[in-house]
Amino acid sequence: MNGLDQLTPIILTVITASTPLLFAALGELVTEKSGVLNLGVEGMMVIGALAAFAVTTQTGSAVLGMAVGALAGAGLALIFAFLTLTMLANQVATGLALTIFGVGLSALAGTGFVGIALTPLQKLDIPVLSSIPVLGPLLFNQDVLVYLSFAMVFAVYWFLNATRAGLILRAVGVSHASAHAIGLPVKLTRYLATLFGGLMAGLGGAYLSLSYTPMWAENMTAGRGWIALALVVFSTWRPGRLLAGAYLFGFITVLQLHAQGAGFAVPSQVMSMLPYLATILVLVLISRDKIKIMQNAPASLGKPFHSAK
Amino acid sequence: MIRLEHRGQHSQTMLYLSPLLAVVLTLIFGTIVFAILGKDPLVALYTFFVMPLTNLHGVSELLVKATPLVLIGIGLSIGFRANVWNIGAEGQLTIGAIFGGGLAIYFHDSDSLFLLPGMIVAGIIGGMVWAAIPALLRTRFNANEILTSLMLSYVAVLFLSYLVHGPWRDPGGYNFPETRLFPDAGTLPTLISGTRVHLGGVFALLVVFSGWIILSKAVIGLQLRVVGLAPAAARFAGYNENKLIWFSLLLSGGLAGLAGLSEVSGTIGQLIPTISPGYGFTAIIVAFLGRLHPVGVLLSGLVLALTYLGGEMAQIEIGTPAAVTGLFQGALLFFLLACDVLTNYRLRIGATRAERGGVA
Amino acid sequence: MFRKITLAVVAAAFALSTSVGAIAEENKVGFIYVGPIGDHGWSYRHDVGRLAIEKALGDRVKTSFIESVKEGPDAERVIQQLASSGHNLIFTTSFGFMNPTLKVAKRFPKVKFEHATGYKRSDNLSTYSGRFYEGRYVAGVIAAKMTKSNVVGYVGSFPIPEVVRGINAFLLGARSINPKITIKVVWVSTWYDPGKEADAAKALIDQGADIITQHTDSPAPLQVAENRGVYGFGQASDNLHFAPKAQLTAIIDNWDSYYVSRARAMLDGTWKSQDVWGGFKDGMVSMAPFTNMPSDVSKLAAETQAAITSGKLHPFQGPIKDQEGKVRAEAGKVLDDGTLLGMNWYVEGVEGKLPQ
Repeated sequence: MNGLDQLTPIILTVITASTPLLFAALGELVTEKSGVLNLGVEGMMVIGALAAFAVTTQTGSAVLGMAVGALAGAGLALIFAFLTLTMLANQVATGLALTIFGVGLSALAGTGFVGIALTPLQKLDIPVLSSIPVLGPLLFNQDVLVYLSFAMVFAVYWFLNATRAGLILRAVGVSHASAHAIGLPVKLTRYLATLFGGLMAGLGGAYLSLSYTPMWAENMTAGRGWIALALVVFSTWRPGRLLAGAYLFGFITVLQLHAQGAGFAVPSQVMSMLPYLATILVLVLISRDKIKIMQNAPASLGKPFHSAK
Repeated sequence: MIRLEHRGQHSQTMLYLSPLLAVVLTLIFGTIVFAILGKDPLVALYTFFVMPLTNLHGVSELLVKATPLVLIGIGLSIGFRANVWNIGAEGQLTIGAIFGGGLAIYFHDSDSLFLLPGMIVAGIIGGMVWAAIPALLRTRFNANEILTSLMLSYVAVLFLSYLVHGPWRDPGGYNFPETRLFPDAGTLPTLISGTRVHLGGVFALLVVFSGWIILSKAVIGLQLRVVGLAPAAARFAGYNENKLIWFSLLLSGGLAGLAGLSEVSGTIGQLIPTISPGYGFTAIIVAFLGRLHPVGVLLSGLVLALTYLGGEMAQIEIGTPAAVTGLFQGALLFFLLACDVLTNYRLRIGATRAERGGVA
Repeated sequence: MFRKITLAVVAAAFALSTSVGAIAEENKVGFIYVGPIGDHGWSYRHDVGRLAIEKALGDRVKTSFIESVKEGPDAERVIQQLASSGHNLIFTTSFGFMNPTLKVAKRFPKVKFEHATGYKRSDNLSTYSGRFYEGRYVAGVIAAKMTKSNVVGYVGSFPIPEVVRGINAFLLGARSINPKITIKVVWVSTWYDPGKEADAAKALIDQGADIITQHTDSPAPLQVAENRGVYGFGQASDNLHFAPKAQLTAIIDNWDSYYVSRARAMLDGTWKSQDVWGGFKDGMVSMAPFTNMPSDVSKLAAETQAAITSGKLHPFQGPIKDQEGKVRAEAGKVLDDGTLLGMNWYVEGVEGKLPQ
């Protein structure tokens, strides 16, 4: 037995802990890149978790469940988009209200699903490759949502940096006035970016209720939407760094549990602080280059846009 | 297609009319929701909005519930004006409660008149200390205060949990997670006997008034507004941005700390693992719903407090689950926020003339 | 001027309050829960008890509840709200509601209060709790028979006496069969976060535990046990359907008969303040069917349960040594309830140090 064999299960746990954060944060990253700050991630996640669970238990189709979970997240995002983009309501307050609304709605609609069990999502085993020692089970024997989360990191990176639509989205986020002046569809872009954020938060929720802990219980997101929001800031709006941030957070969370099991005599509350402290520490270390962050931060984040202003 | 047309100036009529419109829309929404749930909508809405206020106890509880929301909301709204995003008031509240409450626990057999003032000062300092960390990290290391202040909230709550589960446990309390009860000298006096309205309510009113003075009269108030509205102009005018960041965070942190101290000393009377049902986060809504204006914050704090009381009332009286409260609160906020915009814009339904002419 | 207005408002408020208060004539029983009834754990079980009252007493009482009441400033208001809206009997179902309940009980001497898991009582305030450690002892016996690695993983919430007592009882039960058993504990610093509870269970399995047990609210650790092919125990409810191959049994919180009897006592006028700490014997703690084990093990488990029920066996019967080797109970002695209530030390065999 070598150290690597011990590490494999730890990393597997880290993957499950990080995947919902990665989904939700990636969606929020795109939303924020377009200049919209949606603090309702927690609400969209929890409604996604319920919708995915409900549809999967009723129809037996996890794929349909995921799709509906994502759409449910997008549905809440649509309310947000209508209020903030069409009705120009304050984004911060609307986002927080969206969380209250989403948590309430899911709890109300989910009453009948409490205490129902569900078989966890099937692992997609990639033959041959998955039997490679250590790397095999890590990379080639995960469920479909884990693969999708990685794919989305690359897709978002590619979209933002290599496509014309991505360029438009970034331009809208930097200055909606200039973007509007040169004829870019500011409002449409922001609507789509917000909806994408909702889809991804919904998928993050679906991962929770279908794979991570296959069940429905009120408030089962337990604050993960907030962590996702913080991770977007941590990433300084770059997908690659977001991936690193989500896994750093997941890794420290799991590591402290292992440390406790190994008999580390530190109060458990202090152990539970570690992921938060580590995130702050790393943010401080990477934030020192002010110019670089300014380049990535969407300058008109959170500001309302009205074309006739 | 719904379009908004800029009015060019604030509509005074809509300033007062828009909250009414929001209430009407909420009532319609509520009627539908309660009807779907099989409850009599009229009874439900009465229970939700009116019943909590039909007796002295209800009114007093409204004030008690609104106190921390207003205290924190004022501090946050001043910072938000300068684009300083302190979303960690929950943590600052917690540390304020720990600092102030710690004093009461240490001097648990004291009857000194100085204990309470000392606790109040300690509470404010505690909040400021916790807010100073994001301020330092932002000004020295350029670390975004949204992340740092939020993360520090979790740390603060865990720290409180550690203290009350560990070293600060009540020695006579069978090792349960709670501290001793504060001595009388460490308890905020109640203002109306038979109710829980405590001195913290007076603090809140004083803070509303001072906040209004700061924003409308003081130089720093002007600077804060300019930084928020036009950062470039502010830099041009030679304002020290770092100074404003420190000011905003220390002020909002100190007020959150005061709110925390008021809660533990005014309503709870000891330290326990949960001292706030999320006041630090709810206060963010309060700040924006109040249009970042001190008087607005006072009103929105009362409105939000009412929705909590109404939600509890509805659970007791008509048996709606707690989830309905959240749903309903969310909807009310949506309507209030959306209608708010009508003070500056006119609603037009249908295409504009220009579009009909075929020009985009 | 201001004073006059205030007085007028107060007077009006009083007038209204008396008119509202006059309606209440029926018998009402109120509950406050710390979590949502949809948590499928602690609060859910209390609500099952509330429904039992409705079923047993029908039209004679009305019940109402408020869920997700945070311990803290809100609790006192909610309890007072129940008391002032005509509830004659009020159950406050979390430890953190103790002082608020006491305060309100003083103000409403005619209303009867029942506080779960606390220790402060008065003429109109009873306390009640379950001896869940009896169930944990039986679970320990089963675990000792089923483990191969001799390591049990315990997912804990917070290091409070209730949880520590459960850990110790489990270990004593296990060691009564197999003295080589040890327990590893991971604290998650929350009562309810399915994801984190699952992660803790995985960490424990990765460190060699082949039995998972928990003192947190969600069935997530049990699901992990099912998924990883080890055994586990249900918490609060029978959760066999969450883990058909993994659940050995479950320790069930059973408030039904207690709640019905107290509501009935209130109706009959025989309610008296008391302190009840009920176990198997009183029906407050019960075990789900013993599953996934050979018949000799389930027979042994049933015998252990019967012995505890009859009083022949006490889980905390000496000799009991703590981690430092200090004797806490001599052979033949039983730890008294006061010691059990405030237990803040591990018995020999629990790994790691108890956070103090």
